[in-house]
Order: sequence, then structure tokens, then C-alpha cells
Amino acid sequence: MADSTPQSCDVAIVGGGPAGLAAAVALRKAGVASVVVLEREAQAGGIPRHCGHYPFGMREFNRVLRGPDYAARLVARALKSGVDIRTSVTVTALNPGGRLGLSTPEGAAELAAKRVLLCTGVREKSRAARLIGGEKPGGVLSTGALQGLVYLNHQKPFSRPVVLGTELVSFSALLTCRHMGIRPVAMVEPASRVTARWPTRLLPKLLRIPLLLDTGISAIHGGSKVTGVDLVTPDGGTRHIDCDGVIVTGAFLPEASLLRASHLAVDPASGGPDIDQFGRCSDPAYFAAGNLLRAVETAGWSWAEGRRAGNTIAHDLKSSLPEPREGLRLVMASDALKYAVPQRVAYPAGSPRSTTKIQLRVTRPVEGRLGLRIDGTELWSKPLSAMPERRLTVPVSMLPDGRKGTAEFFVREQAK
Amino acid sequence: MSQDSSSEVFDVAVIGGGVIGCAVARKFALEGARVVMLEKALDILDGASKGNSAILHTGFDAPPGSLELACIKAGYAEYLDIRERLNLPLVRAGALVLAWTEEQEAALPGLMEQARTNGITDIQPLTAAEALKLEPELAGTLRAAFRVPREHLIDPWSAPHAYLLQAIENGAVLRRDCEVLGGIYDGVAWRLETSRGGVQARLVVNAAGLYGDIVDERLTGRRDFHIKPRKGQFVVFDKTAARLTTHILLPVPSKTTKGIVVCRTAYGNLLVGPTAEEQEDRSVAELVPGALAALRRRGEEILPALAGEEVTAIYAGLRPATEYKDYRIRAHEGKAYITVGGIRSTGLSSALGVARYVQALAVKLGLPAQPLAEPVWPRLPALTDEGQRDWRAAGNAGIVCHCELVTRREVEAAMEGPLAPQTLAGLKRRTRVTMGRCQGFYCSAELAAMTRDRLAVAMTETADG
Ligand SMILES: Cc1cc2nc3c(=O)[nH]c(=O)nc-3n(C[C@H](O)[C@H](O)[C@H](O)COP(=O)(O)OP(=O)(O)OC[C@H]3O[C@@H](n4cnc5c(N)ncnc54)[C@H](O)[C@@H]3O)c2cc1C
Ligand SMILES: Cc1cc2nc3c(=O)[nH]c(=O)nc-3n(C[C@H](O)[C@H](O)[C@H](O)COP(=O)(O)OP(=O)(O)OC[C@H]3O[C@@H](n4cnc5c(N)ncnc54)[C@H](O)[C@@H]3O)c2cc1C
Repeated sequence: MADSTPQSCDVAIVGGGPAGLAAAVALRKAGVASVVVLEREAQAGGIPRHCGHYPFGMREFNRVLRGPDYAARLVARALKSGVDIRTSVTVTALNPGGRLGLSTPEGAAELAAKRVLLCTGVREKSRAARLIGGEKPGGVLSTGALQGLVYLNHQKPFSRPVVLGTELVSFSALLTCRHMGIRPVAMVEPASRVTARWPTRLLPKLLRIPLLLDTGISAIHGGSKVTGVDLVTPDGGTRHIDCDGVIVTGAFLPEASLLRASHLAVDPASGGPDIDQFGRCSDPAYFAAGNLLRAVETAGWSWAEGRRAGNTIAHDLKSSLPEPREGLRLVMASDALKYAVPQRVAYPAGSPRSTTKIQLRVTRPVEGRLGLRIDGTELWSKPLSAMPERRLTVPVSMLPDGRKGTAEFFVREQAK
Repeated sequence: MSQDSSSEVFDVAVIGGGVIGCAVARKFALEGARVVMLEKALDILDGASKGNSAILHTGFDAPPGSLELACIKAGYAEYLDIRERLNLPLVRAGALVLAWTEEQEAALPGLMEQARTNGITDIQPLTAAEALKLEPELAGTLRAAFRVPREHLIDPWSAPHAYLLQAIENGAVLRRDCEVLGGIYDGVAWRLETSRGGVQARLVVNAAGLYGDIVDERLTGRRDFHIKPRKGQFVVFDKTAARLTTHILLPVPSKTTKGIVVCRTAYGNLLVGPTAEEQEDRSVAELVPGALAALRRRGEEILPALAGEEVTAIYAGLRPATEYKDYRIRAHEGKAYITVGGIRSTGLSSALGVARYVQALAVKLGLPAQPLAEPVWPRLPALTDEGQRDWRAAGNAGIVCHCELVTRREVEAAMEGPLAPQTLAGLKRRTRVTMGRCQGFYCSAELAAMTRDRLAVAMTETADG
């Protein structure tokens, strides 16, 4: 990495996590000459770099790995494939036609790419964004920050924290605590059910950590360090518990600030880019893949998305990708539905390189039927039993061919 | 800072490192005095100056004829005068005073008259349509407005840092973690008792903000006023929200408060606040979820497009209000002691003016002034001016804080020098690290490693600001 950042390339990939690295390898395998991965951290690998726990890599390497080993393998494979990985390079602006503004240790720079793939991932929703009250003592961390301190720095920021949330990542937080001999005093969840799937949900019991459902945190107290939190109990009362830290987990948001400041269309529902079935953004020089599309999926899923995007872009460079055109715009016609990705579908389901699945999410636990409506006519409905933050897909083949306008997904909920 | 504290007799001891104390220390240092600043916290700006709206007020709505108005006007003028030499930012925003109800509309002429009385004659009355043309994102229910072109935005931290740094570079001494506990005046000099030993000074200035009355009591045995802390909570939105308004959006004030403001920040965010809530406690400004949610709603009523924007930070500050409306600035005859109290809600704007006023009082008390012939002018790092940010420059050593684009070189520079931070909160105020949308998700580990053994309190166990 001695030479300075190139000024042009075939494909620039913003973000060197699982999605970006998978795409880069696919592009090189497809014969694309100059593929540059721009990664703002000093090392590529993305979030798994600091997830010092299992399970990663089943889909990609046929074995169960810890995050850092997995990240290292992804990087090694990319380097072997001839990918140009540029670390400590931050993309600061996305300009029309694939021109990128960069910040490098040598100062500002520009890079003109024929195509750009955005793979900037997600971050957890902060304490501030959740409007949690109280004071602002030290020791209030996201899982990402906790993992960095524990696995990268070998630091122990607290010993008796409260964990907020019960998503998959919340259980990563428990494993991270265990690694450092940190004993959470409680795991609290505002909803009535644990968000993550079995068997993860057995973990608190195994680790003998009290799991408090229907319970939120209204305030965090402390001077220089956390001394306790106020819990909102199921009966609506408040209860103080002593602790010396708070891990605010999950409620992921796409890391889309770069996108939001650019000319590209953003889907307010997903928080990610508005894409078509090929992963193409509103400016066809830009594509997106991985968790940036939607919060949140596993590394394996993001990796597979990245690989598909790489192949798609390789075809696009050879002019063998269908032109963007008007088709159906997918909208959510029920407040139980959060988003659908892709947001636009214009070509038949079987079109080469089209995604085969539409990814949906619900905003709350739902039992009932999920259906599709165009121009007020219901096309189909099928049984639905879904939980927030869990994977939910509909085959693209469930959309009618050759239609334009809006297609509304709706939910008919079962009476409780 | 290692001199034997009890032997040297300083000309002036300034108690309190808030924006007022920093400006006062600077003024005396530039006037040739040997100054010591005594701050009880681990870092300066730990009191009322920690969290405010960062508006550089013209004084258009200040009480006519008040000392507050005079100080705001002098402070405003001097800030504009010195800011370029210190490399301090100025966002020429202008303000709109907005009327949403009939009653508020009826109050506008009186407010405009008050502004003119206060010497702010360039105000412009606007119809709702004219205001909406200036700010198209404003809710259509607006009835009328007027514009105050010279209400501006500044950076609440770099200004006081610059004042104190200039004082230090011109000979002042800073003692942090140094609480003034008492003192006696022997007719020639004060002998102050602090948590870190004795300090002697010919003149003492009490700029203790939220503790002003307590320090008066400790040093003079009586209080002329009582601090009644008034909390203000804020919600800060991400940078994309800043495009929603250019102007500072002010409501028509009520009898008790200036009301909820919506404005950009010098760092390109958008803030909504503050609340005005009286409380007893002088040190803890508790954030209340209901109040924060109400601020968010109020913001969306004013700028409906705010509904789609992300909150990046929440904070609260305490105004050092008293039972009086005006500032409590007073020289104590025969005691070589000046109280600068009750600098309630305009201290960031008025600080330089307050400092002039205080220095003039000191001259009357007999402290000689010998202005420095060639004072040193330190330059603050450019944290707000996009064009000058370090991430654009060669040799920046890479970005640590991705949300605010803070470089390793900026962090290293902040960790050095006479005003180096002792806490994470202090480092944040000097560099903006972790102040962005991710609130430390990405950079906590790296920052903890960079600051290891270099802060008085390790990052992992220090207050968040
Ligand atoms: C705490 C935690 C635990 C997890 N545990 C598991 C697990 O056990 N198993 C599993 O399968 N998944 C797990 N996941 C999920 C997994 O990490 C993600 O699915 C995966 O990392 C997504 O890959 P990505 O490439 O989309 O994004 P990321 O891995 O987030 O990579 C995005 C990259 O983009 C870079 N970037 C962002 N903006 C810019 C810019 N402007 N310029 C340059 N670079 C930029 C970032 O630095 C980052 O390296 C976990 C996630 C978290 C947070
Ligand atoms: C919500 C809010 C919004 C505001 N908005 C604006 C605005 O937009 N524009 C504007 O101009 N102004 C604004 N202000 C007002 C401004 O912030 C205050 O007027 C100003 O900060 C007061 O500063 P100070 O130096 O008097 O007090 P402080 O900042 O409280 O400083 C006093 C210092 O003294 C120290 N101290 C106390 N006791 C002792 C002791 N015994 N020994 C040693 N040290 C001691 C404290 O630790 C503290 O650091 C706002 C204020 C608030 C709270």
C-alpha cells in the first residue's frame, strides 16, 4: 500500500466488509481489471473484525469461524484475487457518474470509477437516538464499541452492565461480556418477546442473567461512571437497578450518511438506497449491497449479496445488463410492514442477474396474511407469522410481469 | 504550572473556567496582569458553558438599558473583531422571529420596537409568504415574522478555549481540579484556600457561574443573589437536517423563556431546544425522555421535513439564573473583589463584553493596566470550516472519528499543549470525536487506545460530556 490512491478504476467498492470483499472477488473472477476497495479503517474486514465469537463463514468457507479469522480469510482471498484494497481511505462524497471524493492520510483526493458499489454496512442506534434520559456518564456503549474495546484492545470497560435489547447482536454482547469476565446484571427488552430466534434465546438462562421482558430503560444515571438505570416495568412503574454500564444493542440503521448527503435516492423506510432488482441505485453508475440495503442480516447473507452484485456489475460493464426502466414501485400499505428491498422491479422474475427475493421486514409481531395489491385489486395473499428484525422474503416471481405503477404490500392481521 | 503556589502573588485570580472566566482571564492577561485561573473541575467548561444554543446574540430582545444588553453588544462587536485572528468560526445565519398564533402576531410590533430601541435597526418585518420564501421548509401555518439579519451562530467551545489559550500564552496560569474553598483579604492581597493549597492574588474575580452565590458566601460571608438553575434540554439532528433552514428560527418569547429555537450548529447539524425548567440541583442536568420527544415534535411542527431526520445527540445545560433579571456584576468596595454572577442565558455572546466591563471595574478598584505591546494570538484548529478541515490536508494520519471526520493528527494535537484535555468530554469539546451520529460505535476502541494513560480519567470510565 505504498503507492498513492489511483485516480481512476473500473469498479470502486466503498466499504471492505463481507459484502464489499465478496463483490471484489467476484469482479476479479469475472475478468474486470481494476477493482479498488476503499476502506476507512486501518484494516479491511468490516464488522466481523471485532466480533471475536462464532459463528461466521459457513456459507463462504464451509466451516464455523470466529469473526476476526473470518475477516482475515476474506481479505486474504481478495488480495489473492488481485483486488486493490486501500485502507485508511474514507469516501467523503458520491458525485454523479461514479466520481468519488476521498480523504486519505495524504489529504483529499478524487477517484473516477466506471461503476461504484456501496457496501458501507450498518451501525447500532445510539442511546441519544433512542432518547433515553438521565445523565451522560461514561460506560454507555453499543455492542460494536464494546467489542472493539474487548477484542481489539483487551479492555474491560465495566463489570456489571445492563444489556438493552434481545436481537442476535444482543447475544453477541453477552458472549463478549463472558469473554472478558463481565457479568451483566440484566438483559431488558421493551417488547413482550425475545427478538432473536431460538436457540440464542436460551443464552441468558445458561449464563444465569435475568431476562426482563416488557421492560425499557427510561434513564441512565451516574457522574463519571454509570451507577444505575431506571427501568420502566411491565406495569408502567419505574424501578432503579444498580449497574456500572449499559450496553445499548441493536436497532441497526444503515450507515447511509454518505448516501443521504449525495444525489442518490434514499428509501426513508429502509434507511438505505432506493435500488432496482439488480441492486442499481437511482444513478445507474452506483450499485449497493450488504447491510447498507437494510438492517440487518448475517455476514453470510451480506457476503452472498456482495458476490451477486459483483457479478451483476461485471455484466453491466459488458453492457449486458437490462437498462433501467419504469416498472413497479413496491410500497408498504400497512404500518405493520417496515420496508421492502429492492424498492423497484421492472423486469420479469427470471431475468438473468435479477435478485430472486424481495426482502421485507415487519415493525412488530404480526400474525395474519400478507398480500399484494395493484390499483386497488388484490393479486394474492398468503399466511404470515413474523417478528421484527427477522428475515422475511417473497419471491420476485410473486410480482406480475409487465406492470407499471405502485404495488402495495399489505397485511391483514388476525384478530387477537 | 509547577511554581510554588503559596509564594507568588498573582495580580488577578479568576475563579471559574466557564466562558465568562475564560474571557475575563484573557482580558486581564492582555492588560498586562499576572493571572491565575482556578477551576474546580478536571477541565474547563464543565458548568453552564457545557451546553448552550451557541447563538451569537445581537441583543435585539434584551431588556433595554440593561447591563446585559451593553455587554452583549460589546461582546458581539469584539467577537467579530478578533475571531479571524484566533481562527474562530462565524455562521452568518440571521434569525427569523416567527409568529404562529394571532396573539404572537400581535406581539411582533412590540418586539421590533424593542429591537430598534436596543440599536438593532436593520430588522425587517416579513409577511408569512416572504418568510416562507426565505425558508421554504417552514410549516405553512406561519402567520408573520421579522428578520434579524445579524443574529449569528458560533462554536460554544472553541471561543472560550481560544480566550483562555490566549490568556495562557500571554502568561496566565491555569489550575484545574482546584476548588476555591475560602479566603481572606488582608487589605493588600487575597489568600485563597483551594483544594490544591493556597493561592495569593491582589484581586479576585468570582466567575463561578452556577456556584457564584456560594463562592460569594465563602469569600465575603454573604450572598447578594441566589442561583436558581434553569435547565435547558436539546435534541441534535444529523447533518442532512441542516439543509432544512438557513436562519435561526426563534419563537415569540413568553414572559418566562425565549422559547424553543431551531437552528443549525457551527458543525453543520441542526438543533432543537432548549426547554426552560427550574430546579434546585446545580450540577446534574437530567435528560427526560418525555421532554426530548416533545422537542422533537415541536421541531417537526416548525419544520415538517424534520420528521425523516435522525437524532444524533441529546444534551442539557443549566443556566445560572438568579431572582434578578439582569446580570449581577459588582465590585466590592475595600475588598479587591468582583462578582460576575447570574450570566444567565446570553453569556456566550456577552463574555468579551463582560470581560471589558470587569476590567474597567478593576481599574477603579486600583489595579493598574499596562496593555501588552505585542500579545500572542494563538490560532485554534479549524473544526467547523469545511474548506480548511484537516482531513483534506496531507499528513493527517488518517481519520479516527468517521462521523465527524476527525483525524489522528487533530486528536494528537489536542492532546498536547497547555490546554490539553483531562477527560473524554474535554477531548470531545476540542475535537468533536464521538459527537456524531454513531456516538462511538466505530471509533471508541481506537480512541481508547490513543488516549490510554494520557487522560486524568481513562476513557472507559469517564463522563460522556
Ligand atoms: C456486534 C455484532 C455481532 C455480529 N455477529 C454476527 C455473527 O455472529 N454472525 C454473523 O453472520 N453476523 C454477525 N453480525 C453481522 C455481520 O457483522 C454483518 O452482517 C456483516 O458485517 C455485514 O457486512 P457488510 O459488508 O454489509 O458491512 P460491514 O461489515 O459493516 O462493513 C462495512 C465497511 O464499510 C466501511 N465503510 C463505511 N463507510 C465508509 C466510507 N465512507 N468510506 C470507506 N469505508 C467505509 C466500514 O468501515 C466497514 O468496514 C454481527 C454484527 C455486529 C454489529
Ligand atoms: C440551555 C442554554 C442555552 C443557552 N444558549 C445561549 C446562546 O445561544 N447564546 C449565548 O450567548 N448564551 C447562551 N447560554 C448562556 C451561556 O451558556 C451562559 O451564560 C454561560 O455559559 C455562563 O458561563 P459562566 O462562565 O458564567 O458559568 P459556568 O460555565 O458555570 O462557569 C463557572 C465555572 O466555575 C467553576 N466553579 C464553580 N465553583 C467553583 C469553585 N468554588 N472553585 C473553582 N471553580 C469553581 C465551575 O466548575 C465552572 O466551570 C445558554 C445557556 C443554557 C444553559
